[in-house]
Amino acid sequence: MKTILNEQQISLTIKRLAHQVLENHIDFTDTVIIGLQPRGIYVSDKIAAELRSNLKGKVLNYGILDITFYRDDVRREIKVPNKTDINFSIENKNVILIDDVLYTGRTIRAALDALLDFGRPLKVELCVLIDRRFSRQLPIQPDYTGKVIDALISQKVIVHWKEKDAATEVVITE
Amino acid sequence: MTLSTPHLLGIKDLLPADIRLILDTAQQFKDVLQRPVKKVPSLRDVTIVNLFFENSTRTRISFELAEKRLSADVLNFTTSSSSVAKGETMLDTVNNILSMKVDMVVMRHSATGAPHFLAKHVPAAIVNAGDGINEHPTQALLDALSIQEATGGLEGKKIAIIGDIMHSRVALSNIYLLTKMGAEITVAGPPTLIPKYIKEAFQVNVTYNVKEALEWCDVANVLRIQLERQNQPLFSSLREYNLAFGISRKLLDEIQKNIVIMHPGPINRGVELDSDVADGNESIILQQVENGVAVRMAVLYLLSNRES
Repeated sequence: MKTILNEQQISLTIKRLAHQVLENHIDFTDTVIIGLQPRGIYVSDKIAAELRSNLKGKVLNYGILDITFYRDDVRREIKVPNKTDINFSIENKNVILIDDVLYTGRTIRAALDALLDFGRPLKVELCVLIDRRFSRQLPIQPDYTGKVIDALISQKVIVHWKEKDAATEVVITE
Repeated sequence: MTLSTPHLLGIKDLLPADIRLILDTAQQFKDVLQRPVKKVPSLRDVTIVNLFFENSTRTRISFELAEKRLSADVLNFTTSSSSVAKGETMLDTVNNILSMKVDMVVMRHSATGAPHFLAKHVPAAIVNAGDGINEHPTQALLDALSIQEATGGLEGKKIAIIGDIMHSRVALSNIYLLTKMGAEITVAGPPTLIPKYIKEAFQVNVTYNVKEALEWCDVANVLRIQLERQNQPLFSSLREYNLAFGISRKLLDEIQKNIVIMHPGPINRGVELDSDVADGNESIILQQVENGVAVRMAVLYLLSNRES
């Protein structure tokens, strides 16, 4: 097991991601952010908090989306669903999807499907903490990337959060 | 995490963890049903046949809707318009349907154990939608979800099951489920409609006094008098039943306590339940129906991964 990012680095990276998002969407009147269940919400919670502190009281629409029912491997393994909470319209909005690790791209494919059931967004962007490039199985690329990692298919890249696990860190395991 | 069983034949075979999983999953499906697009693609490649060897409106429609909301392909089968009328056996009927590549079977039958028999002999996931006087597991699950929503939980809650306990598969499934989840149960009704050793067999309280049961409970699940299953007179008349065991507004006013009224439907208005109670504020009968779709979606979703 090797640590790629420690808590301080993660926190700085997330601040940077939030500022890059902010740069492109200044006042957030037509932009919403949506974190992906189950582990992307730890990233999106922190990005939402950073955005709110910069938006000075303006409303930030922030939702969470569970893609369990939209997976393409439902029949191979039944996954337990998590909560979806999107209490605003995404019709004609810029949607920024947030996840922790972008790997094969299949989760994002499912998320795009799920999103369309809530309305027709004007534009969808993708923000990830970790991009495992060269392992994509679908033509999906992030718009905002925390850190790019080259890892073998046999290796696992996991983001731990101290809210849930022992410490906040990004590790790579064999 | 998956269910411990490849079929849903009865609550009897489920572990408390299975029940929890189904209820939690149903909660997520309930959210799906509030969305603008009330449909998910989870069972896109699954074909389900609804085999109803016995009449049903609510359950069949609820299953069919659940299947469609999950994007499954649905076949409907009722005995009156089928080869069963020509004398085909149940096993032949089902095997013929399955040879057309059907993955799951939802079955209702008037014979106890019919789905259990089928589960042993055919390679498909079986969901029991009511078998004779044995079990009606999805009804108990939707009742549990409704109780949970109305009272905040199941553990330690006092549930009265009132009416025709003897012929009710809803009662049996409810008793199994609520006992497993730590609720307390009292069954109430006329002595002729309550099995003699139910107290010893299921650790439930028994009373022949409906008012007493209502005073004790948080939730009253009132059952239908199943005249079609009673082949001998078990009470003198429907009017007398209503006077002694029916739930009226006057009776509810007398107990001076807020309780929740449930009924699995179809209601015999003016027999087990008076109209002003069935349509009153205490009644969550229509919420039960609403929860039925979500619960059935959860069951079908969780059983759908069986390799066939």
